[in-house]
Amino acid sequence: MTETTTLYEQLGGEAAVNAAVDIFYRKVLSDHRINRFFDDVDMAKQAAKQKAFLTMAFGGPHNYTGEDMRKGHAHLVKLGLDDSHFDAVIENLGATLVELNVPQELIAQVAAIGESTRNDVLGR
Amino acid sequence: MSLKTIKLNDREIACQEDDSVLDALLRDNIDIPNNCRKGVCQSCMIRSLDNAPPAASQKGLTDVLQHQNYFLACLCYPEQDMTISLNKPKDFFTETTVIDKKLLNSDMLLLTLKCSTPLDYYAGQFVNLKRHDGLQRSYSIANNHLLNPDSLTFHIRKLKDGLFSEWAYQELAVGDTLDISDPQGLCYYLPNQLDQNLMLIGTGSGLAPLLGIISEALHQGHRGDIHLFHGSREIEGLYLIEEMQQLTQQYQNFYYTPCLSSETLANGFAKGRAHDVAMSNIPSLKDWRIYLCGHPDMVHQAKRQAFLKGSAIQNIYADAFHVGTASVK
Repeated sequence: MTETTTLYEQLGGEAAVNAAVDIFYRKVLSDHRINRFFDDVDMAKQAAKQKAFLTMAFGGPHNYTGEDMRKGHAHLVKLGLDDSHFDAVIENLGATLVELNVPQELIAQVAAIGESTRNDVLGR
Repeated sequence: MSLKTIKLNDREIACQEDDSVLDALLRDNIDIPNNCRKGVCQSCMIRSLDNAPPAASQKGLTDVLQHQNYFLACLCYPEQDMTISLNKPKDFFTETTVIDKKLLNSDMLLLTLKCSTPLDYYAGQFVNLKRHDGLQRSYSIANNHLLNPDSLTFHIRKLKDGLFSEWAYQELAVGDTLDISDPQGLCYYLPNQLDQNLMLIGTGSGLAPLLGIISEALHQGHRGDIHLFHGSREIEGLYLIEEMQQLTQQYQNFYYTPCLSSETLANGFAKGRAHDVAMSNIPSLKDWRIYLCGHPDMVHQAKRQAFLKGSAIQNIYADAFHVGTASVK
């Protein structure tokens, strides 16, 4: 049975993304290690991007390519975005899912998808 | 299901069964921004000019966007023929006549215009006022369309070296005509949640759209609390103080806090920037609707503060006033 159910479906699909996006974004904006990177962004646009990112990390439908990730973060890499900041985002992602009572094995899968973008995000 | 026709300006585009509006437009080489094609990025958002679009194509849009028949082209499988627009309302103008002009304080002008035909607007939206030589500025509508369907009021602040405001003060006279664009912007009141608490924060002439929103909310019988915070550096920057105080007497659910950020303290005024005062006054903004109008820095900071205080992003409505350029949503 579980073989035919995708990660995205197990997590609860779009409803789960909607539940997670505000919690995740609040954590990121409250996190002093990384919130300066979000000082100048338009919040509504950023929330849409967070939703697209979470949809991807949840194994859902997305059009993100490694190239998009590189282009989207290149200006932040110039400002000093590095592994420690990436770690902080992944940590906030995990904490969001814990708060939503997502089982640990699914959190690990989400974190792994998030992790797979590290080199593109950091422009390596 | 069968072939549907999509009208765009003077073109007719065929939308095949199983094709989205985005597919049909792209097939006809119409340049429309798009990215994810799955309803997430919202870059292909356009507007229906006749019928309400299918509900599935409005998924994730704020209630005011849905109300104005905006939809996502990539999620829209037409159920009937549609007329759509990729243009913005700023491209359409109507002639109005100045019917009143008076001062609210030493540098705030109350201008009232009458439209030859009633304009479809909502309090809190803005229009571009256009002088005959083409000079344009954006101003928010300060009154309520339910009470005055064919007249519009604006608060025009006198700006040092402000081309338009100087002209409006010195030369524009009752009886003159002035062109205005179609109303724009999504920072307005919708009577869909009468019990929701509202927080409105404005600096300077940011009071104008908030006044319209408050007037409409009270007119619609809004039952939730309505908290207005109006801020300026000095007391001279505030206006309509007595009128707002009277309104608190008249409506139990309306609260007004004038705020001064300068060092001088005056009786009856809160000390501090309006958004800081507002945020420290109210412990949680969960399920509140927030309206922010005025200085871009205030709007930017207050958006984040409101979100971190528990307000959902789609419940934060903002209009940042950029001096000398068009008002930008």
